[in-house]
Amino acid sequence: MTYMPKIDRRSFVLGGSAAGAGLTLGFRLPLGPDAARAEEGYPDEVNAWVVIKPDDTVVIRIAKSEMGQGTMTGLAQLVAEELGCDWSKVTVDFPTPGENVARKRVWGDFFTAGSQGIRSSNQLVRKGGAAARTMLIEAAAKAWNVPASECSAQNSVITHNPSGRKVTFGKVADAAAKLALPGDVPLKDPKTWTIAGKPLKRLDTPLKIVGKPIFGIDVRQPNMLYAAISACPVFGGKVKMYDESSVQDMPGVKRVVRVADNAVAVVADSWWRAKKALEAMPIIWDNGDNAKVSSATIAQFLKEGLDADQAFIGNKAGDVNAALAGAAKVVEATYSYQYQAHATMEPMNATALYTADSCRVWCPTQNGEAALAAASEASGLPVAKCEVYKTYLGGGFGRRGQTDYVRYAVAVAKAMPGTPIKLLWSREEDMTHDYYHPITQCRMRAGLDAKNNLIALHMRISGQSILATVFPARMDKDGRDPLVFQGLNPGGPEGTFGYNIPNLLIDHAMRNPSVPAGFWRGVNTNHNAIYVETFIDELAHTVGDDPLAFRLKYLKPKNAAVLKAVAEKAGYGTPAPQGIHRGLAQIMGFGSYVAGCAEISVNDGQLKIHRIVGGTNCGHAANPEQINRQIEGSFVYGLSAMLFGECTVRGGRIEQRNFDSYLVMRIDEMPKVETVVMPDGEFWGGVGEPTIAVAAPAVLNAVAAATGKRIRSFPLKDSDLRAT
Amino acid sequence: MTALSINGKSYNVDAEADTPLLWVLRDTIGLTGTKYGCGIAQCGACTVHIDGVATRSCQVPVGTVGSKQIATIESLAQNGKLHPVQQAWLDLDVPQCGYCQSGMIMAAVSLLRQKPKPTDADIDAAMTNICRCGTYQRIRAAIHAAANA
Repeated sequence: MTYMPKIDRRSFVLGGSAAGAGLTLGFRLPLGPDAARAEEGYPDEVNAWVVIKPDDTVVIRIAKSEMGQGTMTGLAQLVAEELGCDWSKVTVDFPTPGENVARKRVWGDFFTAGSQGIRSSNQLVRKGGAAARTMLIEAAAKAWNVPASECSAQNSVITHNPSGRKVTFGKVADAAAKLALPGDVPLKDPKTWTIAGKPLKRLDTPLKIVGKPIFGIDVRQPNMLYAAISACPVFGGKVKMYDESSVQDMPGVKRVVRVADNAVAVVADSWWRAKKALEAMPIIWDNGDNAKVSSATIAQFLKEGLDADQAFIGNKAGDVNAALAGAAKVVEATYSYQYQAHATMEPMNATALYTADSCRVWCPTQNGEAALAAASEASGLPVAKCEVYKTYLGGGFGRRGQTDYVRYAVAVAKAMPGTPIKLLWSREEDMTHDYYHPITQCRMRAGLDAKNNLIALHMRISGQSILATVFPARMDKDGRDPLVFQGLNPGGPEGTFGYNIPNLLIDHAMRNPSVPAGFWRGVNTNHNAIYVETFIDELAHTVGDDPLAFRLKYLKPKNAAVLKAVAEKAGYGTPAPQGIHRGLAQIMGFGSYVAGCAEISVNDGQLKIHRIVGGTNCGHAANPEQINRQIEGSFVYGLSAMLFGECTVRGGRIEQRNFDSYLVMRIDEMPKVETVVMPDGEFWGGVGEPTIAVAAPAVLNAVAAATGKRIRSFPLKDSDLRAT
Repeated sequence: MTALSINGKSYNVDAEADTPLLWVLRDTIGLTGTKYGCGIAQCGACTVHIDGVATRSCQVPVGTVGSKQIATIESLAQNGKLHPVQQAWLDLDVPQCGYCQSGMIMAAVSLLRQKPKPTDADIDAAMTNICRCGTYQRIRAAIHAAANA
């Protein structure tokens, strides 16, 4: 799906030059518009995707955000493959959101979320590379006065095949840029790829090992001031009053700004001085009704949903009630899954410069165009007078698809025209003002016939809708949130339920507490996979079947294939080492089929996760080594969630404020991760998120194998794993 | 004014004595390679060397530094040549988002000074920094690679 920011394209009358102030990462720092380049326009641009300089340097322009997931490198490989350039000459550049809008969205959607970065734009970027190659060849052929069909391009060199004449891209780029864009150019068969699909090095690593100022928090502007912010800790609450006079004489303090109904900021000449003054300033909040909300009231609210008559249907087959009523045996289990903060390592921040006729923002964002729309709304200026310069992101995980921090930065800057303002949230502010992983409960009821066949399953989810918080317009007309059913759908390319069960009902009783929900890496597959995969495991145990064999009886072919591959790599079916227990899980999420096999031990109640084999059939692999990295990293995020991750609510506010109470995995808890990357070439699936969902259920099923205990509420740190 | 020696250079900075070294490095001097992650010495993103030892700069009041030698991530590569730990990080393509990696690299350099051939247990004990992208497996491999370089 695409999320379009509200942009009035009719307001765009400017040419490309003013909006063309980009940043070339790796060569220039993201410190603002490059005046020379803005004046020149793009003399070296072959087309929107490819800039070739006279020295043969290739600049590939990447619309998606880079937050560690490697999309930037993967997309560059896809463009370079079709272009036929020398990979060692490739660098990258982020076009600006303003330029995209001005150029009729030539780069498509900037939103980088839902593991869509490569799969949703691979056709667009490959065509961009292929078109540029066609133009370069045509330019060379014209100069040689030979048919273009007799020429080929490889390694940034065009060859006239009959004569052996050669010319480099840089020599013909200028002429190529003057040619008309070709029509539909056929794309290369992935089987012939030499750049795409290869385990090439990341383009951004050299910047990230020497401390280059590439993140939003690193932005520096002349005469810049720093802002620290405090928003009402109770969701929905407001600022009642604050005493500006108490801090105006503190060192370095310049101003106190009422940022919004719910927030106030102090501006100073360093962030530390701003933060100290903010902490010293008395603020009285109007907490409102939500001050009564607690984890207990939320749990009760959701519990009522488990038995509610009204529920939105996600997947239905046969007659589940009749089948359960007639079943020889019914198995039931109830689960819950908790709120969690994203806790990106780089706290929320944005730098804004407002003047009477322009607003510019430098920020780490997953959604450049939404950030541009937010800058326009907060500044009151038309979009054409605003611009957003994307930096690298110090983690995203879904949090930076929101634009609250952009709006706040612009609001502060608007109060101080002409002065660049860097607004940085403290870790405490970041953790207590997130869009949290949604909270849910779930009741699973299964019916088995007399021969222990699984004939019925009712999965009732009660809990929060992300779309209701962040994109209500994207909900179905009847109020259903279709994303709730990630991995549970009856069909479609995104996340089909993997099991064939003749009588099936998966439904959702929506219960939206006051704590805002958001997209959190893995999104709804995180809990859906735990509910389904631990319950299926329990059913296998109930009927005395092996968990792999039981699953394979009901699994669809692509789900079964990746589970079998993972089990084989893990040595499932061979005896595990003494004291080691194995657990399995699978799901289809974000367009990919994934599975995991965990090996764990439990001694005196202490869980140790030794090894996890993770596998994915993601259809195509733009860079298999990046996929290995994403599997490893997703397991850390997923296991942190299962082991420790928890935001509890008291007095309407989140209790955890920093990493001393919001615990995450560290290196000593890291299992050995091995991977199976098995793209079958039949589709394009996502990579950054899908595997996160199998980490927790694979470990939980292994824990059950070790201890007989089925953990049904999280995080695991609250459970007693000692033998009883 | 407070006198500081950072990456072999002398600085005089205008900051209250209780200002954490982290913010002097980042905002006053402009060495932004050292990162803010938590402000309570939990995450290690702000790790620098003080007299050669890995230290979380968010908990070091600048008034307590005195004449001690401060080294930040910006000082590791010398004459265009990466430090062996940075080279191992590059060879194994360790970073994902990269935000924690300055602190990770500084912690690893300090560890290898104290234990040139660290065991996995040594790495577990010394490398307590947080990475949310989950690069731990490659960090461990890169430390071993640097130790054997």
